[in-house]
Amino acid sequence: MLGYTVRRILQMIPVLLGATFIIYALTFLMPGDPISALTGERPLPEATVMQIRQAYHLDDPFFVQYGNYILGVFRGDFGIDFFGRPVLDLILERLPVTFALALTAWVLKLFIGLVIGVYGGLRRGQSGDHFALVFTVLFMGVPGFVIALGAQTYFGVHLGWVDPAGIRAGWPMAFILPALVMAFEAAAGLARLTRTSLVEVLRAEYLRTAKAKGLSPRRIIWGHALRNAMIPVVTYLGLSLAGMLGGAVIIEAIFNIPGIGGLMVSSINNKEGTIVVGIATLLVLVYLVFNLLVDLTYGLIDPRVRI
Amino acid sequence: MSTAHEAANPLLEIKDLRVEFATRQGVATAINGVDLSLQRGRALGILGESGSGKSVTARTIMGLLDTPPAKVTGGQILLDGEDLLAVTPKRRRELNSASVAMVFQDALSALNPVHPVGRQIGELYRVHRGYSPAEAKKAAIQMMDRVRIPVAASRVNDYPHQFSGGMRQRIVIAMALALDPQLLIADEPTTALDVTVQAQILELLTEQQVENNMGLILITHDISVVREVTDQVAVMYAGRIVENGPTAQVLSEPAHPYTRGLASSVASEELKGQLLPAIPGSPPDLLNLPAGCAFAGRCHLANQQCATEVPELDEIAAQRHTACFNSQEVLAHA
Ligand SMILES: Nc1ncnc2c1ncn2[C@@H]1O[C@H](COP(=O)(O)OP(=O)(O)OP(=O)(O)O)[C@@H](O)[C@H]1O
Ligand code: SF4
Ligand SMILES: [Mg+2]
Repeated sequence: MLGYTVRRILQMIPVLLGATFIIYALTFLMPGDPISALTGERPLPEATVMQIRQAYHLDDPFFVQYGNYILGVFRGDFGIDFFGRPVLDLILERLPVTFALALTAWVLKLFIGLVIGVYGGLRRGQSGDHFALVFTVLFMGVPGFVIALGAQTYFGVHLGWVDPAGIRAGWPMAFILPALVMAFEAAAGLARLTRTSLVEVLRAEYLRTAKAKGLSPRRIIWGHALRNAMIPVVTYLGLSLAGMLGGAVIIEAIFNIPGIGGLMVSSINNKEGTIVVGIATLLVLVYLVFNLLVDLTYGLIDPRVRI
Repeated sequence: MSTAHEAANPLLEIKDLRVEFATRQGVATAINGVDLSLQRGRALGILGESGSGKSVTARTIMGLLDTPPAKVTGGQILLDGEDLLAVTPKRRRELNSASVAMVFQDALSALNPVHPVGRQIGELYRVHRGYSPAEAKKAAIQMMDRVRIPVAASRVNDYPHQFSGGMRQRIVIAMALALDPQLLIADEPTTALDVTVQAQILELLTEQQVENNMGLILITHDISVVREVTDQVAVMYAGRIVENGPTAQVLSEPAHPYTRGLASSVASEELKGQLLPAIPGSPPDLLNLPAGCAFAGRCHLANQQCATEVPELDEIAAQRHTACFNSQEVLAHA
């Protein structure tokens, strides 16, 4: 187990390098000049421009820039922004907000997705199942931001149940609407996966055995079907928590939530490449860690892959 | 059927059982009037080519058919006089495993992959007899000992995938025998195993059957197994029993052309262990059964009567029945 974990952590290094390289290259290629963005397109004296470019190593070759950056990352140094603040501090300051949003959304999604999926799986082909199918298709088909804007206008502006934007109300009230939007968006996929997996398991030979043993339907479902049906779902759930962080970035912008999403958007607008790369690198890192956690906990539910 | 005394009180009696499947193409008549009878402590072999309805019969007895697509359209299954097709779901659950149990073909898929084997055996004692977890575990270890799993106590918490194929099938047998059922149905219990293990599993099954005076129904493609293990044999064709009787007699002097086709080609010792021989032609379409004898299309004795009338399963000698208009001729040429 320990050896496996260490090996997996070492395997993360090349993945992290590859991912950050791509992100770094993309930011490097971002159109526009960071310095003119910084000054609001007003011309600066040539000497000042030179000085800034030098301070931020903007004239070094790409590979040197990337190399310096990645060496810093491994030391926990994500660079500084144009105002001299460490990027890591900026991110860490806002990360709790994003985590709160993503985690709330994830728990809601877990509940909604599992309930709909299990219900559809048990009532396969009946009206409840058809309803669940329509529901999932609807939420999978409509783009997330449309649902977000719609919910914001209706519940926030028209009905006034919650603030349409901002986090003045604190957790949970300020988070409930954006989290619900994210949850429903993502629950559709979870519901489908759960349903498919359960339908598959219900056909399994060992459920026939359970019936031959004279077990009650309830015992057959709870004791024998659901845990097996959850095996593929667990992988998905773990990774989706990481995915939720990515989803939060978009939702935060719409609901004006001061998490890393807002930071990301403003940094892109200001051509602050270091911050963009920093956030992306951190998200990749979180994703990899979750992936590892999923693999390590997988054996708890499926003894066949126990390490 | 058999002697007057035995026939009065059989363990299992199936009367005119009929099962249909709703399929895309139409209604398939999988079981088309099956009659069977089995005495306590006896072993009955069921032979028949693929698709003849052996597994559907077994599953109907166990109440394991998926309805739909399956539908029992007629008949009775009397276990100790109680009609299994008429009992309430609750009574059905009481009887399953406690009175009638089943050993499945593929032990790996028959066992739940995420539960330790001891728990899967122990569950029977928990549910049917209200044992505590500790008692159930103890009983499970005893069962594992009884089917001769080495060092059972140390393996009780292992998972199905940690056992070899033969040991897994022993676990499935332990589960089937746990509540001392009166009737055990084994549907091709050794097909998934290699030859040396097959013999051990069969030995275990017969030994347990004799020791516990259980009725055993053994479904197989292997005539030599039927010969060695069973007292009675029933031959199925297109959802009907076409011949039954004492195993040795039926296999040495078949009275039905289909049985003769099966038996003659494995008469010699070299062919021992081989699966059922292929008989020229193919079974009838279950969606569209012929008006007369279902075997007519492949039978060299078929005549006008065979094409229009369905032969009944008639007594042709003591304890022997066959469904063929020309059985005397078949017997004469044996
Ligand atoms: N789920 C099902 N849906 C439709 N038809 C079915 C289904 N299960 C069985 N049948 C029909 O019942 C017939 C008998 O099947 P069964 O499984 O009893 O055959 P078998 O004698 O056990 O064959 P084998 O030796 O291959 O195990 C098949 O030919 C098939 O047409
Ligand atoms: S009844 Fe006729 S067709 Fe059927 S097996 Fe006998 S001889 Fe052949
Ligand atoms: Mg079968």
